[in-house]
Amino acid sequence: MLAWTIYISFLGVLVLLLLPKNSVRAARIVALLTAIAGFAVIAAGFLQQRSGELVTVARVPWIPSLGIEYHLASDGISLTLLLLTGIVAVSGILFSWNMEHRAREFFAFYLALIGSVYGVFLSFDLLLLFVFYELAIIPKYFLIAIWGSTRREYAAMKLVLYSFAGSAMVLIVLVAAYVVAGSRTLDLVQLAQFPFPVHFQMWAFPLVFVGFGILAGLWPFHTWAPTGHVAAPTGASMLLAGVVMKLGAYGCLRVAMMLFPRGLDAWGFHVLGFGSWRDVFALLALIGIVYGAMVALVQRDFKFVVGYSSVSHMGFVLLGLMTLQQIGLDGAVLQMFSHGILSGLLFAVVGRMVYDRAHTRDLAELEKTHLSKAIPFAAGTFVVAAMASIGLPGFSGFVAEVQVILGAWHAFPLFAVGAGVGIVIGIAYTWRAMQKAFFGAPSRGTVAVASPLPPITLPERLGAFILIGVSILIGLYPQLLLRVIVPALHSPLFDGLWKGSGR
Amino acid sequence: MTAFSYLSLLHLVLPEVIVVIAALCVLSVDLMFLRTAEARLRGSVGALLSVAGCAAAIGWILHTPQTANVLNGMLVLNPLAQRVQIALLILTMLTVLIFIGSTFTEHISEYLSLILLATVSMMFLVSTQNLLVIFLSLELLSLSLYILAAFNKRSTRSAEAALKYFIFGGISAAFLLFGFSLLYGLSNSINLTSIASTLHGPALDPLLLVAIVMVMVGLGFKVAAAPFHFWAPDVYQGAPTISAGFIASSSKVASFFLLYQVMVIGLAGAEGSSAWHGYASGWVPVVAIVAALSMVLGNLVAIMQTSVRRLLAYSAIAHGGYTLLGVLSHTDQSFSALLYYAITYALTVLGAFVVVALVEEETGGDTLSHFAGLSRRAPVAAFCMMIFMLSLAGIPPLAGFFGKFYLFSAALASTPGTIGLLWLVILAIAMSAVSLYYYLKVLKYIYVTDPPAGTAPIRISVLRQAVLCLIALSVVLLGCAPNLLLHWL
Amino acid sequence: MTLLPPISCLTIVPLVGAIAVLALGAKSPKLARGLALGFAFLALAITLVLWHRFNPASGGLQFEEIHAWIPTLGVEYHVGIDGLGLLMLALSAIIVPMAMAASWPIQERVPLYFSLILMLEAGLFGTFTALNFFHWFLFWELSLIPAFFLIRLWGGSQRAVAATQFFVYTMAGSVALLLAFLAIFLCTGTFDFMHLADLGRNGQLLPSLAVLADWHRFTAEKLALVLCFGMFVGFAVKVPLLPFHTWLPATYAEAPTGTTMLLTGTMSKMGLYGFLRILLPIFCVQLRSVRTPLLWLAVATIVLSAYAAFAQKDLKRIFAYSSINHLGYCMLGIFAILKFTGDDPALATEKAAALSGVLLQMFNHGLTAATLFWFVALLEKRSGGLRGLNDFGGLRTVAPVFCGLMGIALFSSLGLPGLNGFVGEFLIFKGAFPLAIAPTSVSVVGLLLTAIFLLTILQRVFSGPLQERWSRMPDLTVGERLALLSPLALMFVLGLYPQLVLGVINNTVLQMVQQLR
Repeated sequence: MLAWTIYISFLGVLVLLLLPKNSVRAARIVALLTAIAGFAVIAAGFLQQRSGELVTVARVPWIPSLGIEYHLASDGISLTLLLLTGIVAVSGILFSWNMEHRAREFFAFYLALIGSVYGVFLSFDLLLLFVFYELAIIPKYFLIAIWGSTRREYAAMKLVLYSFAGSAMVLIVLVAAYVVAGSRTLDLVQLAQFPFPVHFQMWAFPLVFVGFGILAGLWPFHTWAPTGHVAAPTGASMLLAGVVMKLGAYGCLRVAMMLFPRGLDAWGFHVLGFGSWRDVFALLALIGIVYGAMVALVQRDFKFVVGYSSVSHMGFVLLGLMTLQQIGLDGAVLQMFSHGILSGLLFAVVGRMVYDRAHTRDLAELEKTHLSKAIPFAAGTFVVAAMASIGLPGFSGFVAEVQVILGAWHAFPLFAVGAGVGIVIGIAYTWRAMQKAFFGAPSRGTVAVASPLPPITLPERLGAFILIGVSILIGLYPQLLLRVIVPALHSPLFDGLWKGSGR
Repeated sequence: MTAFSYLSLLHLVLPEVIVVIAALCVLSVDLMFLRTAEARLRGSVGALLSVAGCAAAIGWILHTPQTANVLNGMLVLNPLAQRVQIALLILTMLTVLIFIGSTFTEHISEYLSLILLATVSMMFLVSTQNLLVIFLSLELLSLSLYILAAFNKRSTRSAEAALKYFIFGGISAAFLLFGFSLLYGLSNSINLTSIASTLHGPALDPLLLVAIVMVMVGLGFKVAAAPFHFWAPDVYQGAPTISAGFIASSSKVASFFLLYQVMVIGLAGAEGSSAWHGYASGWVPVVAIVAALSMVLGNLVAIMQTSVRRLLAYSAIAHGGYTLLGVLSHTDQSFSALLYYAITYALTVLGAFVVVALVEEETGGDTLSHFAGLSRRAPVAAFCMMIFMLSLAGIPPLAGFFGKFYLFSAALASTPGTIGLLWLVILAIAMSAVSLYYYLKVLKYIYVTDPPAGTAPIRISVLRQAVLCLIALSVVLLGCAPNLLLHWL
Repeated sequence: MTLLPPISCLTIVPLVGAIAVLALGAKSPKLARGLALGFAFLALAITLVLWHRFNPASGGLQFEEIHAWIPTLGVEYHVGIDGLGLLMLALSAIIVPMAMAASWPIQERVPLYFSLILMLEAGLFGTFTALNFFHWFLFWELSLIPAFFLIRLWGGSQRAVAATQFFVYTMAGSVALLLAFLAIFLCTGTFDFMHLADLGRNGQLLPSLAVLADWHRFTAEKLALVLCFGMFVGFAVKVPLLPFHTWLPATYAEAPTGTTMLLTGTMSKMGLYGFLRILLPIFCVQLRSVRTPLLWLAVATIVLSAYAAFAQKDLKRIFAYSSINHLGYCMLGIFAILKFTGDDPALATEKAAALSGVLLQMFNHGLTAATLFWFVALLEKRSGGLRGLNDFGGLRTVAPVFCGLMGIALFSSLGLPGLNGFVGEFLIFKGAFPLAIAPTSVSVVGLLLTAIFLLTILQRVFSGPLQERWSRMPDLTVGERLALLSPLALMFVLGLYPQLVLGVINNTVLQMVQQLR
């Protein structure tokens, strides 16, 4: 049933390509209907599944001579991320409602990207996962290169090449793992149980973690993210920062940590204070949190603030993963969901509501306009988004970040403090951006906005309400997602992970 | 000498005979009936006859598959070789179909018959294990290709390309022959299997190493592997597009098959190893070095190209490097991976050349800027080109990705117990990642850049569009369900 | 009514109201104001019902609701009120309509203003009833955001700086609170205030802290002190206590006066409530060990703020410092009752007296200070924004009713017997004196200073020569008089019959004193 999310999306692509050349309205409607249909399927699947155990969705042999199957399955983690994709997809299309230039192709690439992402989250055969993962790269390029803004061709190429480099690393480990496991199967369940030799895991784990980590914004391989997200059109930025970065984090969890858990064990010796890959990546995650926040603090371009904040928030995900505590991993998965929603919201406000109207993203320029009076809805939405983003209780970010910090305290107490510092800096840059952009200095040479700005349209309001509503819902009742995430992390697939850490 | 029935020999080589007859028919029909007809009609008739001939040959092969080993390895037919022949014939048919409507020459029937003769030579090339027959077929192939490259008499580039091709080809043929003669001297036989059994000894004769290197030079030239690749960019750029496509596709398949046969069967026992900590001298390290050089050089130089044809040439060098991985792994699995890769690559690059031909005929050039905005001027062709470029880059679920995956896993699995060839696989994957840049550059011009103002949509003949779509479809299909081809191989 | 959970309903009503005002009030400001006031009165009605049905004989929690919420984090939805909570709810429910009435003249973005006040009210209700850290913190932060925007968007000329200062201070305190609670959760596994209070009382807190204390060679006692300090900071900023008070004068002065009423009347009580509900029960032992410095801190707050009020020329600033001063008495009382008394019944009575005084003072100060600011708002309306001490004079002749009524409020703030301000202060001093002789004695100076500056206001604003420009100042309108009637009447009632409140809180006070032995 859940496999239909993939098929519906690609079917939508096909329909869009067959539409006549200049049909903008039809293109939008087709895209929206497709996204809603996909979301409906996921919601049905989510409600059906009481707990987070693994449920096979489709399983047919694909290349029998190599033991590769077309195996789709979902557990609690997949469901959470599928849900995220569905929600961001629908709101992304709503926020792209004003797309006129080559609209057909835009929505076609958009739906192709969504379909591939669904595929990654549902795949339980490693090659199939890789196929969908790579498939997602191409629509990204075109979405940015054709419809983007600041330095779009450079940004698109940089994003794609970084992603591809990351997936090249993954491919190396994929092929090696396939061969070492006997060239019989690439099924994730079986590979998770296969006892890979420890020295193999010791180099395979970091390679594949970095490979996926590049897409997740692991410092210092994150530089593609701010450039790419800023250059991308709004709907694409929402999807890129909201969902595609989670592909990387999902890969880190599902492939690197599930298949090669021994790679996280202690080396037995210490280099520069690090005793295991776990220490290294935890530190890199922490640096990402703090560095991303500090750089966001000094940005002049509004969208860059949001771009760097994405890097900072993804650092929480990676830190949570490295804690190897139940609560830390819960927090990491929940943060994947929460940040997906919130970054979508932030990019929507900055890109669609502000930039499309004020035609500038420079904070100094925006300070002179009275945006909070001209587009109060945008101001209000950004305030809510800002509150959620800094981790105010009542929104999804709070529960997630609290869990990550609690987990980090067990594992790396000093890093927990660092993460707290990151949150504080987060408050600072969010507040700064909000003040400057919407509530500029009163009087004294105000440059009133030249003409009244176009009002916030209905699709934008709908999109904003959806995203805010979801964040508040999960903030007040996170059990909705935790009830599937926690059992999924307890499943036998992750046994190797818990065994080593002793918790 | 046992008495041998020439009739039975003819029976065995009936497919080749059919193709030769087809070539002659094309020539004669054109000479006798179509002297005054217009080019398009002549082309269509000739192509039809060629296609008929090839189809008949395919039909015959499928109808009566043969297994034979005749005259001490001069003619070796087994199911695998015959399937490769079928693949070659299909590629020829596609080439011929695309040729209809080309305007670069009036000698249409000569062109078509040359293509068919080249096909015959390739069919012989894959069905022999005798050094002399190999050389003969190789020469027949080469000569046909030289002429095909020179066929555009109005272009100096074409002549220059053909001349370069000829000179390089001649030199490398000399190397090859020298190597073969050394092999003969060492083993007193010109049959690959006999050579192998004779050479199987504990130590490696230094002369044998010289022979290996010589043979590698000759064959390396054929597959355009660095550092024997210098002809490739100029030929790809100068030759008429159809010829370039033919050279890039079919001849590669046959040449790789040959390379595999010579190295793995002929020089069995002298492999050596290029595993990371297990170096042993033999032909495998030589091939490994050539492969590594090709991958690196091909990809890095391609980045800087502005002419799409030259870009395809350097990418061909790179892909040759990847394919050589299949050779140096020398297992059955790697052989089928090699063939899969070569065939799908041939299809893809042929399709790419068709699109290049279309753009050239319309805009007069093949640099990247000529491709600007193609997606709006010829959407179907642009979409097919996207499939080809992405397949070459190795993006799933296209055939190029699966070919690479299969090759790499076969390479790693070839050293049981260790993963000795990992270094080469890592290099291959890394270079493959680099290649995405220039393929994407082409796609950027096609999809992102706006077409120059006031350009009209390009009109493409239905036949060409059909062929393009067919090739694109097959690339996608073979990628999504590689079993279709693997099963067969 | 018995079927609906009363506390949850009470908290939801202002939230619903906020959304309704935003959505429907866009049509006309009058509708927005009316709707908002309606919801505020509804909340007041529910609170009165709760007051009526509250059982004074029991000192524990009533109207409790417990539901599972996030098992992995040990979070439950746990609400309930005892006497303290009920008193605070009543205070909030009364102050909010007053603040709305005082904000009636606001013209810009009216729906947003009133819905922000309603959101603030929801935050207040939530804070005073929540018994699990998770949603307590949620509501604590929830009250911060509307307050920030109320100041930022409708405030005076320096509002940007004031609002930012307010935000930064309060947020810093909240962060300290959060971190301390997270650490506690790590050690004890619970976020529930009642459980934690039990642990603190039974001496089980320290052993559980020992789990975490291995890190960096901290002892459990040191760690407990650190955590206590963290929480202390969070609450001390809100009250405020010297030296965390520097945000207050600017904020109170720049905020629109209706907002200032809320700030002084209710939000400052959040800090005190935090001390009483959370900090004292859990960290009683730790606080006890630093009792003396804390007492003198309270004294400094009292005396120095009164002294500073002296030097102010802006009426709002005077009342701002006066607020700090009055709440200083509460802090004095709270720190006084920390003294270890064992089972001594006499001292227990004193403690009870002091604590009752603290609670009463919380309520009374809220009422009085809010009324005082309301008068300032009325004055501003008439003077076109001026509110300096020396701007006026002789108003008694042109606006006698105004001066008379404001005089009542001033005297209440001064602590005149017969008005509500006296009872609380009296009880605090009575109870605290035996428990902490020296500090209490010094604090009397504060009383004196308060009298001085309040009488100065009387003299400068009401008496003296009348300035020409005020000769036509209108007196209070009938509507304003009617509106002011309730709080002033309440001042008299509570001054003459404090049993009204004392009866309800008595058993709660006794139980708290018992637990703070």
